[in-house]
Amino acid sequence: MSTYWRTFKVAAWLGWEMDSNWTEPWLFVLYSIVKPVAGAFILVLMYVVFVAIGRPAGDPDAFSYMYVGNSFFIFVASVLFGTFQVIQSDREWYQTIRYVYISPISYYVYILGRAASKIAVAAFAVAITLVFGVSFLDVRLHLALIDVPMFLAATILGLAVLLAIGICLGGISFLTAKHTHGLAEGIPGLFYVFCGVLFPLSILPGWGQAVGRAIPLTYWFDLTRRLLAPNLTVNTTLTGYDAPTILLFLLVSSVAFFGLSVLIFKIGEYFARKAGKIDMTTSY
Amino acid sequence: MKAATVRRTDFRYRIGLNLRAVVGRSYPRIVGANREPSWIFFEALLPLLGIAAYVFIYQFFGNQAIAVITQSTATAPWGMCGNHACADATEQAQYLAAVNANTNALVASVVLGGTMVAFWLNVLWSMASQLYWEKEIGNLQLYMMAPMNRMALLGGMAVGGMVMTSMRAVSTLVAGVLVFGVIFQVASPLLLLAVFFATLVALYGLGMMFASLYLLWGREAWNLSALMEEPIFFSSGFYFPLGGLLRIPGWGPAIAIAGSFIPASIGLDALRQLTLGSTAFGGMLWIFDVTTELEILVVMAVLFLILARYCLAYLETLAKREGKLTSRHQ
Repeated sequence: MSTYWRTFKVAAWLGWEMDSNWTEPWLFVLYSIVKPVAGAFILVLMYVVFVAIGRPAGDPDAFSYMYVGNSFFIFVASVLFGTFQVIQSDREWYQTIRYVYISPISYYVYILGRAASKIAVAAFAVAITLVFGVSFLDVRLHLALIDVPMFLAATILGLAVLLAIGICLGGISFLTAKHTHGLAEGIPGLFYVFCGVLFPLSILPGWGQAVGRAIPLTYWFDLTRRLLAPNLTVNTTLTGYDAPTILLFLLVSSVAFFGLSVLIFKIGEYFARKAGKIDMTTSY
Repeated sequence: MKAATVRRTDFRYRIGLNLRAVVGRSYPRIVGANREPSWIFFEALLPLLGIAAYVFIYQFFGNQAIAVITQSTATAPWGMCGNHACADATEQAQYLAAVNANTNALVASVVLGGTMVAFWLNVLWSMASQLYWEKEIGNLQLYMMAPMNRMALLGGMAVGGMVMTSMRAVSTLVAGVLVFGVIFQVASPLLLLAVFFATLVALYGLGMMFASLYLLWGREAWNLSALMEEPIFFSSGFYFPLGGLLRIPGWGPAIAIAGSFIPASIGLDALRQLTLGSTAFGGMLWIFDVTTELEILVVMAVLFLILARYCLAYLETLAKREGKLTSRHQ
């Protein structure tokens, strides 16, 4: 256990250094803020344009729904990218995977550690985006003190599910070429569409709603929105589930996805070793 | 003069050599990538989901607006038409038609923006960052020793990148038409092609210029590319007509003007006008007319290519002077 913890700590420190030491701290903070805020502003402008030409009275509930979902989606993009890119960047860019891989540590824990710095930066970006929305864009948030423990529990479980999904992708990327950007865009895109992040599931066709209901992150987003913005009138189609049920569902999902991630990671690793692909480079 | 020297100063030989270099550098991108079929799924199909999300947002807004128009109340038996109650069924039908038309136009804007996103990301990650990447993996010194012009190398990367990215761009367009039912009305196909190719040349010219600059900036390059995703999607109007930014008093026009230095913004504005009609969105969200935008794009294309040439020459001189061309991880 102490080896796991030491691996995690060192990998987290390494990840932080790799993420942040290319520039001055103030520039890194600015960089960490500009990206998510610009992402939020894309949605703000989409809303502004639609109001300008389609609905002069506006729709503050729809806007708040979308804004909160998008803010928490920063976790999805960062955590997934932070996990599955470890293998590809070590393999293709730094070409250090062979040295890390043969060292007497758990490579699974090493990846989790490397992702930790991304989670920290993402948490900061989520907070900044929400504060910005409340302060300047009239986003309607109201987190009751009594709901704080449940909110924290939901966030931890949601992040656990995300890490497990990221490791699953990492296991697959042992065997694939340099597809970091396709994966970085595509997999979060999958959740962006089907998990009710920006719009309720009712907008999707029936099969799309079914896909959305099968993904635990849908419930995470719904619960987070219920706790942070309880007064929104947008019909999420998930009103049949109460908050503790969703939390329980997230707990079961995180355990199940952890098991799945270990399985997929081991299978990917086995076939990569068998095919001699652990340290391949596919630069073109 | 030795025979070899004569051959190297021969104009036809140099043209042939550089064309072969263009083909040689584009070859691995076109053929090499296709030898790895998984990239079609990862690089062309998966990213469509992100575009789909933006499409569904507009459909969500459209549905919300339609619900308000069709919701009958005691004070507004024909629903709400804008800020007032609809006078009768005719006015209600007019507002419904307007919402549907605007939603289709916005969805089409997203689809066109999605095709341009593919090229912009390719410019960032496979053009701008490429020389830095080549340095990291040890190919750059081989390129620098080879006898061709460095612009031919960048040209080959650009041609290969355009062909490679076209798959994703076409997938996005096809998905827009078939899955989301977007209707494009192309009145001037030749002008459309001219705008499209002028935009691509200007974009890749910018990428060629960035390639040299990124090499100078070293490790910041990767982060700079990451930083030029969402902020550029926003300031250049990839997912909404750029004129929307101009309607925001104060900072809106400043951001829009800054974003217009990326050729994709002007190109997208022109492409949207050519495929949706200049009367779409009530004609109030366009920047310039199409002809003016084409002229701007041509100027940008020439300017960026010239700047790319100068940046590359500067980089080469600097690298020779400081001897850092092959220093990795800096």
